[in-house]
Amino acid sequence: MNNRKEFKSPVGGAIVDPAKRSMMLAALYIAQEQNGYLSEEAIQQVAKRLNITPGDVYSTASFYSLFRMKPVGRYVIQVCEGISCYLNDGAERVADYVSAKLGIKLGETTSDGKFTLETVQCLASCGTAPAMRVNDQLYENLSPAIIDDILERLMGEV
Amino acid sequence: MTNWEPVLLANVNRPNSEKIETYLRYGGYEALRKALKMTPDQVTAEVKASEIRGRGGAGFPTGVKWGFLPKDAPVKYLAVNTDEGEPGTFKDRLIVERDPHSILEGVIIAAYAIGANRAFVYIRGEFFLGVKRWIKAISDAYQKGFLGKNILGSGFDLDVSVHRGAGAYICGEETAMIESLEGKRGVPRTKPPFPAQKGMWDEPTIVQNCETLANVPHIILRGAKWYASIGTERSRGMKIFCVSGHVNSPGNFELPFGIPLKEIIYEHAGGVRRGRNIKAVIPGGTSTPILSSEKINTPMAFETLQGAGSALGTGAIIVMDETTDMVEVVRRITRFYVHESCGYCFPCRIGGQRMLSSLERLAGGKGSNKDIEDLEYVAKGMYGRTFCPLGTGMAEPILSALRLFRPEFEMKAAESDAGYF
Ligand SMILES: Cc1cc2nc3c(=O)[nH]c(=O)nc-3n(C[C@H](O)[C@H](O)[C@H](O)COP(=O)(O)O)c2cc1C
Ligand code: SF4
Ligand code: FES
Repeated sequence: MNNRKEFKSPVGGAIVDPAKRSMMLAALYIAQEQNGYLSEEAIQQVAKRLNITPGDVYSTASFYSLFRMKPVGRYVIQVCEGISCYLNDGAERVADYVSAKLGIKLGETTSDGKFTLETVQCLASCGTAPAMRVNDQLYENLSPAIIDDILERLMGEV
Repeated sequence: MTNWEPVLLANVNRPNSEKIETYLRYGGYEALRKALKMTPDQVTAEVKASEIRGRGGAGFPTGVKWGFLPKDAPVKYLAVNTDEGEPGTFKDRLIVERDPHSILEGVIIAAYAIGANRAFVYIRGEFFLGVKRWIKAISDAYQKGFLGKNILGSGFDLDVSVHRGAGAYICGEETAMIESLEGKRGVPRTKPPFPAQKGMWDEPTIVQNCETLANVPHIILRGAKWYASIGTERSRGMKIFCVSGHVNSPGNFELPFGIPLKEIIYEHAGGVRRGRNIKAVIPGGTSTPILSSEKINTPMAFETLQGAGSALGTGAIIVMDETTDMVEVVRRITRFYVHESCGYCFPCRIGGQRMLSSLERLAGGKGSNKDIEDLEYVAKGMYGRTFCPLGTGMAEPILSALRLFRPEFEMKAAESDAGYF
């Protein structure tokens, strides 16, 4: 099965093992777990492990919206702004509600570093809209009461 | 109401439906046993004879695609598309979370038919539960001898691994997905060569949607004749329709192809909320042209939707009632595509930005008739002229909305403070 050809990296000219290179996204996820975002050091580490240049790693990482180049809060709240959530009185309505409750705007992090608020594209919960994610947990059929529950539980956590 | 006993979704509401024990209790992996007693060519022939078409959006005949693989290639791959990101679509997530083995059985049979010993599952990074369910299903299948070396004593080997995407809709496009699987930016490749000729690591690769693969065990078990007897002449079998928007009971409905759009909305999805009338329907996900309520009797099938001026796409039906602001709908959809454009070709990258600016001005009460003209000019200019179908998919809702609801756009311009110029 191993006739994967060795090929040249477009950037550094280093020899790249394609099988190693294919571990890029997985490596970036692991690297991101340490600080919640990809620090310069994390990028360097991934580059070293995969034997490619840091520029190459950065170029790939920056393509994907789930990889973050800046620090984020402990809980990243992603509110769906898709069409079905909008039609179900969600999207901005949900984002505005969360925003008011946490006192931050879209793209911001609370001063205690606990919450970051973002929007996200359709979460494939259109049949159970409106929807949002908090870290890796999906919440559907949102109402103000449900959002209150979720946020108050997370606010209470230390 | 059409009486249809679900086949693909028969398991999803059972308790512990995701577990291998549940799947086995209801006849799971019987199709695999049967397939392994056939030759790979016989399996391919059966799938071809069923005339099943891909459920990922493009509707390409699956058996024909398998036949494209070069016979003598020493290494072949199967890539399983679990990237479901087309707004309005939520069927693959349901199957992966609630009945992953039904896809996995299809994966093993497909890999056997095409002679692949390695399969890659590419799953959307946001589907965290889906990732867990895929991994658990695969490891349980290894334990039972459905994966690994010498599967069920057949001499056929198959390894499957799971790869998380990281938030990029374009990675659902098959060549962008392969780039991403190789650890690169998800920029589509030139076609031809098609993945079946040159895919993952330049080896022949078949990319298949989850729902498509979930059909395969049933085709093998009950036969192509049975399968082809369901649906319409050019759309065989059954389809999972995702219904969302202004309906009383949104959800996934598995029904035979050819069922009228109206019946799905009014009898299966509970009709329009608050007893309102329908203004427009998107029949196949946001990349498909919008239909006006006059087309509500159209049968849901590839050929009939095309005839009605739209497309079946992913079968995601988005219903909009008479109160819907179409300019806002189009703005929102366009915002999605602009956000998800990979930026590689300029008609999509720059055209998208420009159309979005016009739409934001119009929706925000600052637009003019010039914005409408510009919107139409750019959308027509991009249509069919982008490197991959994403750009054309971005133009579709805009062009159809301008065709059907132009007075609404003009009203926005007339009401705005920018005035005419
Ligand atoms: C922009 C874009 C996004 C796509 N997203 C998906 C997707 O999320 N899932 C999918 O199965 N197919 C998607 N496709 C279609 C794939 O390119 C490909 O046709 C499909 O996976 C083939 O499988 P099928 O023949 O079983 O449908 C997308 C296509 C385009 C152009
Ligand atoms: S059409 Fe858009 S998504 Fe497709 S290649 Fe061009 S820029 Fe990228
Ligand atoms: S539009 Fe929000 S989940 Fe699909």
